[in-house]
Amino acid sequence: MSTLWADLGPSLLPAFWVTIKLTIYSAIGAMIFGTILTTMRVSPVKILRTLSTAYINTVRNTPLTLVVLFCSFGLYQNLGLTLAGRESSTFLVDNNFRLAVLGFILYTSTFVAESLRSGINTVHFGQAEAARSLGLGFGATFRSIIFPQAVRAAIVPLGNTLIALTKNTTIASVIGVGEASLLMKATIENHANMLFVVFAIFAVGFMILTLPMGLGLGKLSERLAVKK
Amino acid sequence: MIKMTGVQKYFGDFHALTDIDLEIPRGQVVVVLGPSGSGKSTLCRTINRLETIEEGTIEIDGKVLPEEGKGLANLRADVGMVFQSFNLFPHLTIKDNVTLAPIKVRKMKKSEAEKLAMSLLERVGIANQADKYPAQLSGGQQQRVAIARALAMNPKIMLFDEPTSALDPEMVNEVLDVMASLAKEGMTMVCVTHEMGFARKAADRVLFMADGLIVEDTEPDSFFTNPKSDRAKDFLGKILAH
Repeated sequence: MSTLWADLGPSLLPAFWVTIKLTIYSAIGAMIFGTILTTMRVSPVKILRTLSTAYINTVRNTPLTLVVLFCSFGLYQNLGLTLAGRESSTFLVDNNFRLAVLGFILYTSTFVAESLRSGINTVHFGQAEAARSLGLGFGATFRSIIFPQAVRAAIVPLGNTLIALTKNTTIASVIGVGEASLLMKATIENHANMLFVVFAIFAVGFMILTLPMGLGLGKLSERLAVKK
Repeated sequence: MIKMTGVQKYFGDFHALTDIDLEIPRGQVVVVLGPSGSGKSTLCRTINRLETIEEGTIEIDGKVLPEEGKGLANLRADVGMVFQSFNLFPHLTIKDNVTLAPIKVRKMKKSEAEKLAMSLLERVGIANQADKYPAQLSGGQQQRVAIARALAMNPKIMLFDEPTSALDPEMVNEVLDVMASLAKEGMTMVCVTHEMGFARKAADRVLFMADGLIVEDTEPDSFFTNPKSDRAKDFLGKILAH
C-alpha cells in the first residue's frame, strides 16, 4: 500500500488537474459552439438550419474515440494541423492536449445544442410572437427573449452533458494526453495486486469532480427557474 | 390607416379568410365579433403579418406590408398587439418588459425608457408593481402590463386579440377600462372580443364575421338592435339570451 502511494501520490493531483483543464476548456468551447449550432438550427435561413442539423446528427452519432483519433491522426498527422508552436519544448504535450480539447468541443457541442433545443421547445411560441410584434428581429428575439428562457430550462440537461464530458475526457488518453485515466493504466501495470484499490481511488476522484457539478447545477436550476 | 384588398387566407384546405376588403380610417375603433372559428383572430393577426396571406394586399398608412426582414420589423414596431394569453416575458421584471422594445428597437436611452415605462404603468394603474415579475401579478394586471408594453412603442394602431378571454370575470373590467380610455384618446384600434358591452360603448364600428367572411359591417347600435343577416341574429340570440 505504501509503495503504491509513494508511486501514485505525487502524480495524482497533476493528472486530475489535466482532467479538470480538459473539462473546463472543452466545456467553454462546447457551450460557445453549441450555442452557435442552436442559433443556426432555429434561424430563418434554411441553409444554416440544414448545415447545423447535418453536423449535429453526424457528430452526435459518431463515437467520441473516433472523433478524438480523427483530430490526432486525421487533422494533425495527415493534414498537418498543429495547435502549438513546433519549436516549443512541450510541443507534443501541448499539441495533443489541444487536439483532444478540439475533439471534445466538436463532439460535446452537439449535445449542448440538443440540450438547448430542448430548452427552446419549452418556451411558449407566444413569446416569439410577442417579441416580433414589438418590432424585434430574429437576432434580438433570440438573444433577449428565447435564449435566456431556454438556458434556464436546459440547465439540468446541460449539467448531464457536463458530467458526461468530465468522464469522457478519459478518452484523451488514446492520443497520449496525461490525464487521470492514463495515470490509472500505468499504475495498474505496476501495482496489479492493488487493482481494486487503484480503481477505487480513481472512481472516487471522478466522483469528487462530478457530484458537486450535479448538485450545484440542480440548485442553480431551481433558483433560476422561470415562473410561468 | 389600414386597407385590406381581396385578402384570402388558407390553413391547408381550410379557407380562413375569404375576400376581405376593408378600410379602417385613422382613429376608428373597430370591434370584430363572430362565433369561434369565424376568422376574426386570423384577420387581426394578418394586419401585422403574424399570419401570412395567400392573396390580396394589406396596406398600413399607404404602404404595403413588407414580406419579412427589417421592413417588416419596422412596421410591427408601429403596430401594437395585445394577446389573449398576455405573452409577457416571464424572465423580465414588469418594468423591463415595457422598456425592452423601446431600448432595443427605438434605441432609446435606458433612463428615458424607464421614465416612459413608469408613466405608462402609472396610466394603466400598476406602477407600484414595476419591479415584480409577471407570474406575481394577476391576469388583469398582466394584461394591463401587456397594453403598456405595446403603448411604449408609441404605435399608430393597436390590435387586441381577445384580450379579456383568458381573464377571471372580475378582472375583465379593469382591462376594458384601459381599452376604453385608449379609444377615447383617438387610438386606431382593432379589437377581437366577446365583450358586447365594450362593443356597444367604445366601438365606432362593428364587423361581424362568420366562416371567414365579413358578414356585417355597421355601427354598433344598428348591429345590436337591428342585425340584418341570419347569422348575426342567430349569434346575438345565443349570447344575449341570458
